[in-house]
Amino acid sequence: MTEPGGVVRRPTSSLSSSGHEPANLGDILERVLDRGIIIAGDIRVNLLDIELLTIKLRLIIASVDTAREMGIDWWEHDPWLSGKDRELVEENRRLRDRLAAMEEGTALPRERTAEVEPPRRRTVKAEVEEQDE
Amino acid sequence: MNNAGTYLYAVTRAEASAPAEDLKGVAGEAVRAITHAGLVAYVSTVPLDRFGEEPLRRSMEDLDWLSETARAHHHVVEEVARTTPTAPVRLVTVYSGEDQIRELLDRRHDDFTATLARITDRQEWGVKAYVDPTAPPSAEEGEKDEAATSPGLAYLKKRQASLRSREEIWRQAAVRGEQIHEVLKSMAVASQRHRPQDPQLSGREEWMILNGAYLVDLDRGAEFARLVDGLRGEGIDVQLTGPWAPYSFAAFAEPSRGETGDDA
Repeated sequence: MTEPGGVVRRPTSSLSSSGHEPANLGDILERVLDRGIIIAGDIRVNLLDIELLTIKLRLIIASVDTAREMGIDWWEHDPWLSGKDRELVEENRRLRDRLAAMEEGTALPRERTAEVEPPRRRTVKAEVEEQDE
Repeated sequence: MNNAGTYLYAVTRAEASAPAEDLKGVAGEAVRAITHAGLVAYVSTVPLDRFGEEPLRRSMEDLDWLSETARAHHHVVEEVARTTPTAPVRLVTVYSGEDQIRELLDRRHDDFTATLARITDRQEWGVKAYVDPTAPPSAEEGEKDEAATSPGLAYLKKRQASLRSREEIWRQAAVRGEQIHEVLKSMAVASQRHRPQDPQLSGREEWMILNGAYLVDLDRGAEFARLVDGLRGEGIDVQLTGPWAPYSFAAFAEPSRGETGDDA
């Protein structure tokens, strides 16, 4: 996705009487599923199901509208996150090369190498998930 | 009547005018009004082979079906709310027949009345605020230490610094969202903060720092919109949606809501 914003905006012209932002599908679903009066009809739609569905929708809605542009992992296409990530991967490789070169010269304990490696991917992922909350 | 159910959209007071003759609800069925106990229930007949428990469980997973149904439901709610205070009911609330709807209006009469009183002459506005987090984090120290410590440690330090500054940006954004909410709240009769939407749902890459709903007096709508306009700037975008039927302010204060819901 290249331009920020306005990707999933789907006009629902007949719905909003005012001249403001038209209601998009996400806004509508959020309301009709999450809010309003919740009473048990005779046809039982498990409340838990709906809650799960709402969570799931948060993840898949845009993939219907913009799957082609966005792919599944939105963060992969986030210029800031992916830019940083690439930069870090690049930097990490450079540092490890230098480290390896230095170790040959100064006989540093081998564990150093292991210490450098793990934080990279895991931290970025964990962080993304937190931010997603 | 075994293969048909009664789908409920919304409840109003009995003073309401009848729905437009050609108003169509889910599954393209005509919407009609059931007046009982001083209240009006807006309903339509739905086939149970599509709106029964099993079929619903399957079709709720079908996003095309779901969005079509959600739009149809919302359309009915909007049309009704255009002319009278309206309490919207959640999607796919289906009863076995009109008698059950009348029974509901009796049993929950006071709840409906209280809800309708709360939202009369008021509108719900949605406000979403976004912050653009592209301001690059300052890369700080890192380089300086590189000579003194091992490159591995230097890398870790730099990474830590970058994480800290990301946290800082996020923290400031959250505070900003809080401030915006407080300002809007001051003009609203009631307010609700909802979960910020994921970028996939909002369709915007910026961070959503506020997803609020505000119940505002009918005659202050324009004033509220101006207030929202004034909150834009400094990397913050604020988006106003509505007016909505009061979805966020129609919930009953139910004492307990277990798996069985209300005991019929």
